[in-house]
Amino acid sequence: MYRYDEFDARFVAERVAQFRGQVARRLTGELNEEEFKPLRLMNGLYLQLHAYMLRIAVPYGTLSAKQMRMLAHIARKYDRGYGHFTTRQNIQFNWPKLVDVPDILADLATVEMHAIQTSGNCIRNVTADHFAGAAADEIEDPRPIAEIIRQWSSLHPEFLFLPRKFKIAVSGSAHDRAALKFHDMAVEIVRNAAGETGYRVLVGGGMGRTPYVGYVVGDFVAKPDILAFLESVMRVYNQSGRRDNKYKARVKILANALGPEEMRRQVEREFAEIRRAGTLQVPEEELARIDAYFAPPKFEALADDMPQGNRDFVDWVKTNVHAHRAPGYAIATISLKPIGGVPGDASDAQLDAIAELMDRFGQDEIRVSHEQNLVLPHVKKRDLPAIFARLKELDLATPNAGLITDIIACPGLDYCDLANARSIVIAQDISKRFADLGRQHDIGELKIKISGCINACGHHHAGHIGILGVDKKGVEFYQLQLGGSGAEDASIGDIMGPGFPIDEIGPAVERVVDAYVKLRQTGERFLDTYRRVGMEPFKNVAYQEQMYAAHTG
Amino acid sequence: MLTANRLVDGDVLYWQGGAWVLALADGEVFADPKAADAALAAAQSSVTGNVVVSPYLFDVKTDARGIHPVKEREIIRAAGPTVRLDLGKQAGQAPSAERDKQHV
Repeated sequence: MYRYDEFDARFVAERVAQFRGQVARRLTGELNEEEFKPLRLMNGLYLQLHAYMLRIAVPYGTLSAKQMRMLAHIARKYDRGYGHFTTRQNIQFNWPKLVDVPDILADLATVEMHAIQTSGNCIRNVTADHFAGAAADEIEDPRPIAEIIRQWSSLHPEFLFLPRKFKIAVSGSAHDRAALKFHDMAVEIVRNAAGETGYRVLVGGGMGRTPYVGYVVGDFVAKPDILAFLESVMRVYNQSGRRDNKYKARVKILANALGPEEMRRQVEREFAEIRRAGTLQVPEEELARIDAYFAPPKFEALADDMPQGNRDFVDWVKTNVHAHRAPGYAIATISLKPIGGVPGDASDAQLDAIAELMDRFGQDEIRVSHEQNLVLPHVKKRDLPAIFARLKELDLATPNAGLITDIIACPGLDYCDLANARSIVIAQDISKRFADLGRQHDIGELKIKISGCINACGHHHAGHIGILGVDKKGVEFYQLQLGGSGAEDASIGDIMGPGFPIDEIGPAVERVVDAYVKLRQTGERFLDTYRRVGMEPFKNVAYQEQMYAAHTG
Repeated sequence: MLTANRLVDGDVLYWQGGAWVLALADGEVFADPKAADAALAAAQSSVTGNVVVSPYLFDVKTDARGIHPVKEREIIRAAGPTVRLDLGKQAGQAPSAERDKQHV
């Protein structure tokens, strides 16, 4: 794992001291709220419906056991005994007091954590494939480049006044588990015809009120040139991104206005300019130094057999265990989606117990996925039965990774100041409807994603079934979208039609899924069937109650 | 009614007779829009005095059972998360030691 050097440690320590002073000045009135708000947002602190919310960065989704224990400690000491893992691989605490936040940040700094770049108009915490460094299909671990981007972006003077927030994701596999095409910018490690590895750079993706799928702006950027190339994109954005309208200020709007050809031309122009100056190369030795931090653990030579177990264990392995690059090892997903539970929530006791599992079986490492689950990236297959047994005791062994009950949901109106409608209750209702595991397996891969407002923190645009909560005169309604995907076959879901009242959205989803089961051809996922047959058959069944009411009414 | 969040811990507060209280049921309902606007203006002193953040008015209905916010958002703010009934005001929790005091 990456370890802070002296610069990182000083930077974080200085930021804690600085924010402590800012909080003190806010409490005495030396700073008013207008002055303080951008300062607290620079440190991940929001004011939500019931209390403040602190968003803590989990860079590229990687945590050590010590860091996990610190999160448990914060949940216990300063919050209400739980944390919420987010769709950007961060963790949020929903109840901290303003007066405690400097102490929380100081505690976090002792385990090399912080809340920097989790909010505000900056380059946000870089996210990564949650199977990075472990996946069997990976070309290279993308986390070293994520860390290099982090170091480049944290204090870069050109990025202190961006038009809007800027989100970057990285991946090293052809199978996209990081939703690359829905990011402002994305870096994908690729191999060229000569067998060399380099970077494909995408730009202009995003969700929110104006969703776009990003496009390729750099086909194969050589490794030493990557920061120069990314900086070229940032310069085009900084120069031409709109600042007159918050809703049109993201780079996706600029990228769509310019189009791929003109965007490429402008980026190439900036890139040539930077290269001419001969600066901003990533030195090979620095790349090697960062690489070394992410070196995989020493894998033992093990038999590659999957251990036998009872039906529950077999079910769990089927969905929650994935192929590892090393024989005899596996990647194990810890589902934070118990049937009827709150997606992404974990108690302090669970966080502590997971840290124990990391010590015993997990090579001291865990990942937070953007799908709001946790992932043990390097476990021995022979340890899987013991891991499963312990997870079961902790109510963390739900065998549903990638299935219909593995639902992404933002905090929604239960917590969020921006939300128009609740998300979690909808996730809970759908989860209960499809609780039967046999039915879930029969349905197969089906990603439901729920957002409580158009800002799309719940990634509804990328859901095979997406649900968007809207406000109609103070009452919650829910729009259905079908056909989205956040994977390599990225697409934006199509809006079905008028929204459903809160008690009708769950039944409507169930009718849509039942229709898929009837319509599908052999081997088709829900997404494949939707792409083949289109909206109409699903729309007909989704609105059948309304149509019946209209006819009888 | 008039509401705000308390600066020190973010807790939801309601205006009552020139001061802030923790429970919606203890808050003041303004039948007259002019009285509501006057209260909002008066509340600015608690903003400049660093007691609360972002005061605003919201709609409620009243009946024999009490005060009911019109919008879901305010119903949830007044109670706590609907998915965690053990948290927030509905659970008798206020984040401060002052929670037993009516006025804050």
